[in-house]
Amino acid sequence: MTVIQKKAVNPIAHLSAEDIEIIGKELDAIRDRVIADRGERDARYIRKVIKTHRTLELSSRAVLLFSFFPPAWIVGTAGLAVAKILDNMEIGHNVLHGQWNWMRDPKIHSTTWDWDHVSPPDQWQHSHNQLHHRYTNVIGKDNDLGYGIMRVDEDQPWHPVHLGQPLWNLINACFFQYGIAAYDLELGHNLREGRHKAPEFRARARAVGRKIRRQVLKDYIVHPLLSGPSFLSTLAATFTANLIRNVWSHSVIMCGHFPNGVETFEKTSIEGETRGEWYLRQMLGSANISGSKLMHIMTGNLSFQIEHHLFPDLPSNRYQEIAPQVRALFDRYGLKYTTGPLPKQVASAWWKVIRLSLPNRRRDRRQPVAPALVSSGAA
Amino acid sequence: MTTTVPRPPGKVSFRARLLRLAETVTTPLLPEDYLDLVAPLRAGAALRGRIVAVRPETRDAATVVIQPGRGWRGHVPGQYVRLGVDVDGVRQWRAYSVTSVPGSRDGRLAITVKAIPDGKVSNHLVRRTRPGTIVQLDQAQGDFVLPESAPERVLLLTAGSGITPVMAMLRAGLHTRADVVLVHSAPTPDDVIFGAELRALAERGALRLVERHTDTDGLLGVHELDDLVPDHVERETWACGPVGMLDAVEGYWTSRGVAERLHTERFRPTVISPGEGGTVTFTGSGTTVEADGATPILDAGENAGVLMPSGCRMGICFGCVLPLRQGAVRDLRNGDLTTAVPGDGVLIQTCVSAAAGTCDIEL
Repeated sequence: MTVIQKKAVNPIAHLSAEDIEIIGKELDAIRDRVIADRGERDARYIRKVIKTHRTLELSSRAVLLFSFFPPAWIVGTAGLAVAKILDNMEIGHNVLHGQWNWMRDPKIHSTTWDWDHVSPPDQWQHSHNQLHHRYTNVIGKDNDLGYGIMRVDEDQPWHPVHLGQPLWNLINACFFQYGIAAYDLELGHNLREGRHKAPEFRARARAVGRKIRRQVLKDYIVHPLLSGPSFLSTLAATFTANLIRNVWSHSVIMCGHFPNGVETFEKTSIEGETRGEWYLRQMLGSANISGSKLMHIMTGNLSFQIEHHLFPDLPSNRYQEIAPQVRALFDRYGLKYTTGPLPKQVASAWWKVIRLSLPNRRRDRRQPVAPALVSSGAA
Repeated sequence: MTTTVPRPPGKVSFRARLLRLAETVTTPLLPEDYLDLVAPLRAGAALRGRIVAVRPETRDAATVVIQPGRGWRGHVPGQYVRLGVDVDGVRQWRAYSVTSVPGSRDGRLAITVKAIPDGKVSNHLVRRTRPGTIVQLDQAQGDFVLPESAPERVLLLTAGSGITPVMAMLRAGLHTRADVVLVHSAPTPDDVIFGAELRALAERGALRLVERHTDTDGLLGVHELDDLVPDHVERETWACGPVGMLDAVEGYWTSRGVAERLHTERFRPTVISPGEGGTVTFTGSGTTVEADGATPILDAGENAGVLMPSGCRMGICFGCVLPLRQGAVRDLRNGDLTTAVPGDGVLIQTCVSAAAGTCDIEL
């Protein structure tokens, strides 16, 4: 076992190296069982979700043509918000993960898909699939930990700029898709390093610009214009739908890795990491959201964040089905399966953002210990 | 889904402008994504077809009648069509000969499929497909067709499902324009696809039919043709059947110096026999590497200096996906085999796939 805990209670102290590899084997077996059984039922599911999304999007936009009429505004805005959430979460995120590539349908494939979002798919895939999912919760490697603008772990150094992070987080929530686009572009980093003139960066920035232009043209010019006398109310409706989508997806995503009980890891702890240890890091570095079936679909099944991080390329409809097996494995090996209802998890994540905007209190300061699995646990 | 297809320069038609305007309404989707929901067979859509009937022909063969989309340009008897069928949720492409006559009034086409042992698609089509199913189509292709003016004397040499392209020629009236001999092999009389129709044609003297029932009489030796059809080398010949039969026929016709009179049809020119490792060709750059069965194609390509797309290198991010044009690869995680025949373009994750035979990768 190469990972040691700094925290008073080391959550994996009781596991031997052998245990960890057995956990890995058991998880591999769960994955193999799903893949062996993956088939027509799953294909029907995603096609149904896609069809539902398209029908809902189209009919909501049609209703919004008459948005000066208040009930139409409410129905259309709600429908459009739900459609956008479906597009981003259950469809876009998961298709872009390659969860449906096995169907060999070129129209539902990670290399051809585009989403109702300002970040171009390939840039998002790089920062999300290649970096975040590989380096999950490794401080200094996984920029999803605070998105490079916030401090969400005691072991991230404090800077006076963090005093404003509750406000940044609120603004980020409202304009989350732009936050993600800037994040995928590594905008801050590239500006600081003076790389904004590099041709590679400029090409990517242009791609983001094109995507933003298309999205803005559609949402704030073309559809309002089509509504004629309802121009302004349709504009307000699409803005509201985007706002709802942004706040919702921001909340769901905060719940994935920020709530209490989620572990973070030191850079050196992943050197020579085995398959079993990689799995273990995903198990301890993610948190689920409990709730109804509808809630799971609206989160793109990211409410099964633990299962998603263990098997990012399995079809999303399967996470719910394997969750009991995964949870049983946690129980058998005495590991904490972090989960809770949405309001509780959102509050927990927000509290952390607020709490860590201030420097660590004295008793939080820990003695530095060599390569470590470190905790972000409660103060 | 993306709209990044480069547009040719020059004058933009009104239709193209209208389409571009419609795209600003539907982005990031395309107008067609919505139209496909209600009218998958409309003009301008990706070519598809709706299965309208499945008729059993023998115990293991069936004719599948398809209403093609508006974009279907028709076929010439003897041609085949590539069909994309979702089997267990996975799109599989196969080529089948069209057995119907061109220009039918309802615009439908028919293919006839023989279920081969372990044949994923053929068994699905023969035994499980239901009318109403939408399938993907390609335009008809193939040069196993009759010339403009039919030759006077024709020999048709077929075995098993090899009768299918020939049947389209006969149904289009080949026998009314030429003296036709058909030599067909099948295990038993009941296994002869279109048996009743062929025998009826023979009975009324439209053609000479030689049936060979291989369960009782053994395989037809190519030399037996000397007795069965004495003038066979003078006849323009179309042969379709198993690889072994076609090889024998080609050798024989060549040895007699009449190879130019022989036309053959092979659905699967390359037989993929998966092994461990193989030659990987990157078709775009023309780079060829020998890869063993334990090396990911991604590594093999990079070691050979090919600029490979890559990502997590552990099979989770799909950043390294490339089309396998033909060949076989093995998933290093679970040993699963993926094979592709020309035209398939199966997308594979190069970071967790090793060559399991000769592979052509498009890059």
